Amino acid sequence: MKPVRSQTAEYDSKENFQSLFESWSLQHLQAFFFSLGQLCKNPVASFLTAAVIGISLALPAGFFIILENTRYITAGWEGSVEITAFLKMDVDDATAKKLAGKISEMPGIGKVELVTREQALEEYRQLSGFAKALEALDENPLPSLLLIKPTHEEFVEKSAGEILNKLKVIPEIEYAQYDQQWVKRLNAIIDIVKRIVVILAVFLGLAVLIIIGNTIRMLIYHRRSEIEVAKLFGATDGFIQRPFLYSGFWYGIFGGLIAWVLITISLLLLQAPAKGLAQLYASDFSLIGLSLKETLLLFLSGVLLGLIGSWISVQRHLRAIEPA
Amino acid sequence: MAFVTGRSGAGKSTLLRLIALIERHTRGQIIVNGQNLERVRRKRVALFRRNIGFMFQDHRLLNDRTVYDNVALPLVIAGYRHQEVRKRVQAALDKVGLLSKQNSLPITLSGGEQQRVGIARAVVHRPTLLLADEPTGNLDPALSWEIMKLFEQFNQVGVTILIASHDLEMIKRMRKRIITLREGRTLTHLGDHHEKK
Repeated sequence: MKPVRSQTAEYDSKENFQSLFESWSLQHLQAFFFSLGQLCKNPVASFLTAAVIGISLALPAGFFIILENTRYITAGWEGSVEITAFLKMDVDDATAKKLAGKISEMPGIGKVELVTREQALEEYRQLSGFAKALEALDENPLPSLLLIKPTHEEFVEKSAGEILNKLKVIPEIEYAQYDQQWVKRLNAIIDIVKRIVVILAVFLGLAVLIIIGNTIRMLIYHRRSEIEVAKLFGATDGFIQRPFLYSGFWYGIFGGLIAWVLITISLLLLQAPAKGLAQLYASDFSLIGLSLKETLLLFLSGVLLGLIGSWISVQRHLRAIEPA
Repeated sequence: MAFVTGRSGAGKSTLLRLIALIERHTRGQIIVNGQNLERVRRKRVALFRRNIGFMFQDHRLLNDRTVYDNVALPLVIAGYRHQEVRKRVQAALDKVGLLSKQNSLPITLSGGEQQRVGIARAVVHRPTLLLADEPTGNLDPALSWEIMKLFEQFNQVGVTILIASHDLEMIKRMRKRIITLREGRTLTHLGDHHEKK
């Protein structure tokens, strides 16, 4: 009988690196396709699991898209700042004009536009729909106002505040405010919603981990006898856990795919009404979908969650199975 | 080639399990293939087992895989290439006379055939030691004899074989060394003394 070298070769470090690498990558390839085959053997169950993962991924991703769109819309509003200064009721048009000239020479001021009391009334009558109500009044209740644009285009909180303070001390001005207040409030609300989306994403990510972990646990127990036999014939822990990790990988990929499909369908459904709304505002806005980078991120998070979920499950349950 | 016999609970299976490192011994020493099992650490158990082939009374074939895939398992575990796997699996199946059944599922085979697939799987990776726990427990005498002859053939090409069996009639006819256990102790040593374990 010839000496058995082949069996001990693996722990003889003589075995050259290349063939070790070859068998390693071969085993990975086998596990890669084997786990895919396992998934395809139970198409309905696999699809259901992937669908749950997909929905869990689609929810935060969908909210993210809504936020992106809101941010895109409000970005246009935030750029220009305008200060509205209401003049006292007893200031006549000539004084107002003079005041407008004086303010436009102040540092940091770009353009000053005067809206006289009559102009304001006319505008209100046209736009508000309360024309009848105005007729009932004896005199014009509206003050003259100055629309003041600072020189810099960008909205800078500090400089706008400074201009506002300077304006407030002018005796003819009753009250001054910048129109950005409500945009800022909106942004504050968006910030809160953003935080909520992040929290939601974390919870749903945890849910995906649990779903995948549980699915892999079932897989492990389903193939218990196979694992026992494999261990008996000298399979390493790495060999045994590999197909399960790849199963997690596949669930993550398919979950990501389903999430992407759900999002794309939802966007298509929303496209028409969004366009309708934009037209009412005379805007050519159209919904922004997921960019390539964000799509990749969606798939990547699916894959990562799949791998982590299966890894945790494998660590917990695989060790417990020993040949009996 | 040697037989271990004894009543149920005498420690036949336990002996095999100790040799395969399924269980760890608490006293004494076990030396397999010149290797002291005390020195085999947990991480090395898998590699150690690649020198061993196993057979069971309930054959433990995987019912969702073909005969070919079942026999290929030890080779796939060891990371052999496809061509090599095919060559060896077909050789092993040929040896047990089941080459024509390689694409069948184990469940469609008869008990004797299943047991022969188990043998093919146990020897396909050319182990130095073959452990068989009641390999003929479920078979009729004729089939059992056939299986034993098969074992003998493998033994003749250099595989050490240790078989646990309570079928005294049959193993006496084999004229090999017989170790009888009672309550975990060696009771008798019978038979062929030039056979080395």
